[in-house]
Amino acid sequence: MSTGGWLRRHNPGMNIPLLSVDHLVKRYGDTTVVNDLSFHIEPGECLGVIGPNGAGKTTTLRMCLGLSEPGGGTIRYFDGLQMPQDALTIKARLGVVAQMDTLDPDFTAEENLLVFGRYFGLPDATIRERIPKLLEFAALSHKGKAKPGELSGGMKRRLSLARALINHPQLLMLDEPTTGLDPQARHLMWERLQVLLQEGKSILLTTHFMDEAERLCSRLLVLDQGRKIAEGKPRDLIAQHLEPEVVEVFGLGAVALAQDAGLKALAGRVEVSGETVFFYTHDSRALLNALQAWPALRTLHRPSNLEDLFLKLTGRQIREEG
Amino acid sequence: MSQIQNNLWAAPHLSMRWWPVFRRNWLVWKKLAIPSLVGNIAEPLMWLVAFGYGLGALVGQIELGGEKVPYILFLASGSICMSAMNAATFEALYSAFSRMHVQKTWDGIMNAPVRLDDVVLAEMLWAAFKSLFTVTAILGVMLALGISHSAKLLVAWPVLLGVGITFSCMALIFNALAKGYDFFTYYFTLFLTPMMFLSGIFFPRDQLPPIVRAVADWLPLSAAVELVRPLFMDRWPEHALRHGLVLVVCSVLSFWVALALTRKRFRS
Repeated sequence: MSTGGWLRRHNPGMNIPLLSVDHLVKRYGDTTVVNDLSFHIEPGECLGVIGPNGAGKTTTLRMCLGLSEPGGGTIRYFDGLQMPQDALTIKARLGVVAQMDTLDPDFTAEENLLVFGRYFGLPDATIRERIPKLLEFAALSHKGKAKPGELSGGMKRRLSLARALINHPQLLMLDEPTTGLDPQARHLMWERLQVLLQEGKSILLTTHFMDEAERLCSRLLVLDQGRKIAEGKPRDLIAQHLEPEVVEVFGLGAVALAQDAGLKALAGRVEVSGETVFFYTHDSRALLNALQAWPALRTLHRPSNLEDLFLKLTGRQIREEG
Repeated sequence: MSQIQNNLWAAPHLSMRWWPVFRRNWLVWKKLAIPSLVGNIAEPLMWLVAFGYGLGALVGQIELGGEKVPYILFLASGSICMSAMNAATFEALYSAFSRMHVQKTWDGIMNAPVRLDDVVLAEMLWAAFKSLFTVTAILGVMLALGISHSAKLLVAWPVLLGVGITFSCMALIFNALAKGYDFFTYYFTLFLTPMMFLSGIFFPRDQLPPIVRAVADWLPLSAAVELVRPLFMDRWPEHALRHGLVLVVCSVLSFWVALALTRKRFRS
């Protein structure tokens, strides 16, 4: 297929995608961990990749970063560059934050940025000019001389983000950027990422946190067992797959309500998880009225959210990493 | 071209991207240079002084190629090769493994446009450079002690860099295979220690039984000693081409194997 054909197919009068993945496949022996996966990222977008453990998120990201050879399919960037063939040219224009911090423990924050910039072939003068701005962006101006060991988890993550920005990348690839952070640190990280999006950068991020996906991502890709099982804007996906409201009921004997014909008739869908019953409904008022017959039980009434969607699409069973 | 070559045994794909990686190690080392210098130099010198003067007094002179030389000269010219070997090996095993596996520095580097092949090259050259640094300091002390004043030591210096390169290439094979630091004990116990005793550092190789000697003659450390020792005695080495080739072939093959195994380790 010629590059021209590919461009036209993806570009009906719109922006050329920054990243376009087509029919991507990865197998380990007999196991297919990524199965015919296609998606793209347009300029200015934040695409969230969500899915349970083992869904193929990290494998997909590694293939997109040229660290793992695809078993099939194509990965194209920018104006027709191909991964893995053009890995270095592409990498020069990407910013990457991996799941695990790879900061140099022997270097100060400033030295970490300087040394990383050199890997891109940037002259020291250029890097030194960028360092104060990046530290300021990461809210680390006062920590320029501190080593990673002296920084908190959130600071380290922000330093990793600043490091990924040293080459002024067009597209950021973030693997679970806020895993392990406390709420304050997570909110600061979100706020920083939002600033980047406002500046016109594009982001691909994987996450386990549905509030993170909802807050940051303009579009979501839901993976399960290496396949794409849903794709769209967070609100659209919820509207498309779920009743708008949820009534959770818990307490002694709550589980039995799942079999109550009267209540079931008022709910679109009933789910049980542990000791809690979830009634998904279009009409919560009638349901809540009916539930008053069980005054000992506790109820929680809320709009349905991404977490509900995620659990509906990927199931409630635990996926332990194996 | 992928960042991690998919074809394990493909020829090394090298570029100048190794240089910033080398500089990174240099910057870390600058901060820790003094303690590391003491460790790298003090120990070999203690061996030299204890055995060279202590044992040397008992042994007296050793006949080498028809010439009698003091034992301390014999030992110094051999042990400097051993120091080059040890310094390169330690760096390419323990330090490289820390960066590769424990700190995940290599993974971080490959988030930038740097190939795995260049990272391995940088580690190899870095270990060789550190070994050269150690060797230079020890040479300085040997000069000060008056063990040798041969002008040919200027030639010994680049030869010892070559020795460092050979042993860092070999060590990187074991780095690529290691699951933890304990693994390196095998390499030291099964390879380096026997080689140390078979390569004519402490006693001439003609003391060895003929069959052992036949193997020992082709060991890379023997080649190193055969090249360096005559230079200490102000003579040119015999069969320099053969010994040089042993080091070159050993380096090239080891680097290739180390690269293939490292690619395998990083490919997933």
